[in-house]
Amino acid sequence: MDRILFGDNQFFGVNHMSEEKARQQLVQFKDTAAIIQVLDDVYEMGIRTFMCTTHDRIGEICDHMRAQPARYQDFIYYPCMPYAHKYANSVSQVGVLETIQRFSTGGVMNTLLRGAVGVVTQDIYSLMRLLVDAEMKRFEGLNTPVIFVQNVVTDLLLGLKLYPVFSEFARHVRERYGAEPGFITMNLPLLLDALEEVGLENPIVCANINKIGFRMSGGIDAYLQALRGRRCRPIAMSVFASGAIAPAEAIEWVCKLEGLQSVVFGASSPANIQQTKTLIENIWGPCT
Amino acid sequence: MTGIRVGIIGAGKMGLSHYAIANALPGSAVVAVSDTSRYVLSVLRKYAGIETHTSYEQMIDEGRLDCIFVATPTSTHFECAKYALERDLHVFVEKPLTLSPAESRALADLATRRKRVNMVGFHNRFIGTFREAHRLLQDGALGAVTSIHGSAFGPVVVKQQGSTWRSRKAEGGGCLHDYACHVVDLMNFLVGAPTWVVRARMRRIFSRDVEDAVSAAFDYGGGMVGALETNWSDDTVRKMSTTISVQLTKGELVVDRQELKVRCGAAFDGYQEGWNTRRITDLQDRVEFYLRGEEYTAQVAAFFSAIRSENAAYQNSFASAYETDRVLDLIARADQAAA
Repeated sequence: MDRILFGDNQFFGVNHMSEEKARQQLVQFKDTAAIIQVLDDVYEMGIRTFMCTTHDRIGEICDHMRAQPARYQDFIYYPCMPYAHKYANSVSQVGVLETIQRFSTGGVMNTLLRGAVGVVTQDIYSLMRLLVDAEMKRFEGLNTPVIFVQNVVTDLLLGLKLYPVFSEFARHVRERYGAEPGFITMNLPLLLDALEEVGLENPIVCANINKIGFRMSGGIDAYLQALRGRRCRPIAMSVFASGAIAPAEAIEWVCKLEGLQSVVFGASSPANIQQTKTLIENIWGPCT
Repeated sequence: MTGIRVGIIGAGKMGLSHYAIANALPGSAVVAVSDTSRYVLSVLRKYAGIETHTSYEQMIDEGRLDCIFVATPTSTHFECAKYALERDLHVFVEKPLTLSPAESRALADLATRRKRVNMVGFHNRFIGTFREAHRLLQDGALGAVTSIHGSAFGPVVVKQQGSTWRSRKAEGGGCLHDYACHVVDLMNFLVGAPTWVVRARMRRIFSRDVEDAVSAAFDYGGGMVGALETNWSDDTVRKMSTTISVQLTKGELVVDRQELKVRCGAAFDGYQEGWNTRRITDLQDRVEFYLRGEEYTAQVAAFFSAIRSENAAYQNSFASAYETDRVLDLIARADQAAA
């Protein structure tokens, strides 16, 4: 796993600092070519891993890269699924079963829905596999060594105590895609306990880790203790706490943490991306 | 009292969200769920090992609960909440409380008589930025309110379809009860309820049976006015975006879930003269479990805390939700009068 990973929030109007900025970014990246331009810049800087939500528009980026395999041969995707708003809005509109049908590609789900709704859907592991496969379709032929569950789903399963879904997800992405499972969470200490309970050793986990403890549920001390004492491969996100911490101060603190494996960050301008990369490499040494 | 035993009525999006939070918080656990969908129940029974019921009355009558969360279509809130209150359970109801001010009033009175903790899921009141705005307005340093403007935009219905209760007016679907209610409740939270709705318009954009946009003008008496603008068919934003701005005699403020901007006529309490910006990162209280936003956990934690401490003051009572329902009703009437 690379130490510097590039995130995608800025492309899809996710900005935890300002709604106005989120709106601006949504306009700025309305055209997928604008996203690809930034990814090209990032790739040229030597950052080759793109941690991306399975947003509808990610398909266009995948198509672009698939068409030029030589140019993007070292490019790595870490798909993060699902893009929850897509499902949540759909569930509100048409209900659970129709949502499953809508998002399961191919004829498989149609056949199953007509023939054996009960059997498939009441086996949530089969259902999970169908949905994962539907999300992974657009990445066909591309390099996806780690596949993540988004925090809203990870944390929902955590609260419902449906821990075996974690291990079934892990088994599926390993067997079907030869990939490592990853889990994004806002409740790292609690999640590590749950993963351990279902036998997932040394898991890849991604959580908010920042100097001011923003969205680190369970408390910053519990996080630091987990980083030091638990066998896991942690990725820090939200290291700037949505802009609340100055870049140099934020990076200095996070990169000196014992046990941290990688940092994921997003930005729109090449200058900002280069600046963050330089700050990280000043502490970790060359990462690319 | 330790170990609050929780029942969930309605295992949809909000029901499952409350389920996960109540289960993850220390000192509480979900012990039973009721829903009309046998499919959802069978999944929960099989994988979460939870007791399930197709009848909420039966679930309550089993007598193993301290409180319930009602997260069913709005049109059924009244009967569920009434049944639970009459059996002395503490009750949390998803927003809005009911579709009729008279029913909301009756529930508020019943809860008071029974001395049961009662709360409605207007979670925005637990967001740090809105809480700080509330504090500033209560403090009075910015002077008297002259006008307030509230808006919410989001991409819920962006094409012509819909087959759940949210697209059926009779069950509580539509922008008024789904979106506008949040803004009205926040405006009530910040400056109190208006005395009158001067005019209102409810427009359809994509939906067949419900409105997709609501606008209204409020009168608060004493020359103070307000305006509301909501649209859930706006695909220029990623998710619901709510903004409130308030003009005062000695300043103004603009607040959304990320930041609070305050213009002060004079410095006070850490605020400088002129514009100040404060962010959610330093205004939000930390929570013990996070799912979709601190506010969802904070409201459930506040509900539990009120149950534990009996008679504790708490936010979002049925009585305050009644005020919101009353304003929604005035909006609907003003729209009808205009038509």
